[in-house]
Amino acid sequence: MSENISFTLAELLIVAASEAWRGNGEVLASGLGIIPRLGAGLAKLSHSPELLMTDSEAFLVEEPIPVGPRGDYVPKYSGYMSFERVFECVWGGRRHAMVGPTQIDRWAQTNLSCVGDYRQPKAAMLGVRGLPGNSINHINSFFVPNHSPRVFVAGEVDMVSGVGFKPERWIDGVRRDLMDIRVAVTDLCVMDWNGPARSARVRSLHPGVSFEEVQEKTGFPLLKAEDMGETPHPTAAQLEIIRRLDPHNLRAAQLKGNPPGIRPAA
Amino acid sequence: MNKQMTTADVVARLSDGMSIGFGGWGPRRKPMAIVREILRSPLKDLTVVAYGGPEVGMLCAAGKVKKLIFGFATLDAIPLEPWYRKIRESGGLELMELDEGMFQWGLRAAGMRLPFLPTRCGLATDVTRLNPDLKTIQSPYADGETLLAMPALKLDAAILHVNVADRLGNTLVTGPDPYFDHLFARAADACYVSAERVEERLELDATQARFNTFERYLVSGVVDAPCGAHPTSCPSDYGWDMSHFKRYVASAAEPGGWQAYMDEFVLAGEATYQDKNGGIERMAGLPLPVF
Repeated sequence: MSENISFTLAELLIVAASEAWRGNGEVLASGLGIIPRLGAGLAKLSHSPELLMTDSEAFLVEEPIPVGPRGDYVPKYSGYMSFERVFECVWGGRRHAMVGPTQIDRWAQTNLSCVGDYRQPKAAMLGVRGLPGNSINHINSFFVPNHSPRVFVAGEVDMVSGVGFKPERWIDGVRRDLMDIRVAVTDLCVMDWNGPARSARVRSLHPGVSFEEVQEKTGFPLLKAEDMGETPHPTAAQLEIIRRLDPHNLRAAQLKGNPPGIRPAA
Repeated sequence: MNKQMTTADVVARLSDGMSIGFGGWGPRRKPMAIVREILRSPLKDLTVVAYGGPEVGMLCAAGKVKKLIFGFATLDAIPLEPWYRKIRESGGLELMELDEGMFQWGLRAAGMRLPFLPTRCGLATDVTRLNPDLKTIQSPYADGETLLAMPALKLDAAILHVNVADRLGNTLVTGPDPYFDHLFARAADACYVSAERVEERLELDATQARFNTFERYLVSGVVDAPCGAHPTSCPSDYGWDMSHFKRYVASAAEPGGWQAYMDEFVLAGEATYQDKNGGIERMAGLPLPVF
């Protein structure tokens, strides 16, 4: 894009997140958290109108609902999606969720349960929630607002809540073909697990970020994707949709200091 | 037939060591009036089975919980449940931590009087490693797939909160999502339901009747408990109470915080509880959360 427009890092991440849902077909797009949710909404309003979305409570909508206080906005429901139906959707595989785990390892295994020893953890988090079932049944991507070795851990995650590509974890006869991990959108880069034997790679670097910095802030070795480049900048049209989906600018509070999309030279 | 009783009657029917399921989801439509009655009682050594919200934290703080069967504990807007977290980090809790979907599968198996139901959820994670009681099974058909045999989650009692009930045990859940209360009711030997409004006998039109999500033969007791889900939400009647949640969260960081919370809100009974929370009109008028 040659347009000379300014954008924040949060807006760059929303656009990067939206790309995760491109070409998925008619699946439920679940973005958990403000940036992933805005990414899903942007995907539906731009390149992938076939996606299904909910009001983040119990109803399906064809027009993604703006985040935050709704004012005069009245949701237009097109169907129903209670938690019970979400499980039916999950187990049928028709979903792509983007979630923010506490830890992620080199095998794309995730942890949302606790940090440290399981019996007496340093930090008890939410619990495994739907990660075991989501991860073995449908496509998942990750959102990481604070790329660091505390998230991308050196060894295995402390409590494997979501499945990944570690062969030893899969006992004989269990179907592995129903799951897939697509991307991790972080505040530094976009990663995937499409290297040899599903090893982790950097797909694109955000403006001003070096591969070395990403590697230094990741607890396991990273490869460069053969076409690794810069994460695409938001277009004016994308920014317009983002503003519509986030009228209260909640996105500005998602990353510490709301940094600009193009990192100023140090 | 009249199943109406008080919260004290419900707790009198519970006993030490029981497996008790709590309906609702996180900070949504939890049977808090009955939970507060349990907090006032000497009941102990419970196995608590829940999509956990503040009832899990409070029962943990009060030392009522021997074992927790759960997929999460959260207040949603405040992601980490403070007392669950504190007690969990002290190492004192026996756990069966399950995927949210496995959890409802276990309740479903219990309700259908099956020993287990097969699923893929939990395989290739630490859920199976940390719960060696969870066994796998091989499909007897040509595919031969290895599956997890999710055991029935049998409950001695289920405790739910609904919008409307009648004295026969008919119930209505008028919020947008019924969660899994119907499965808790089916999985339990006895089910006690508190309600915002208890009527003599429901006489509904067809549209209203669709808000009924389980049959009255599952219900052993009905309790009249206006604002009985507070501080959790009770859609479509009222939202959760953020100011109360903040006070509750703060208690976990204060020395003697739990006793202070009990003294201020729980021990003097439900009428005082309502006064301490600005009165029942304020509580019933709390705005529904926007997601």
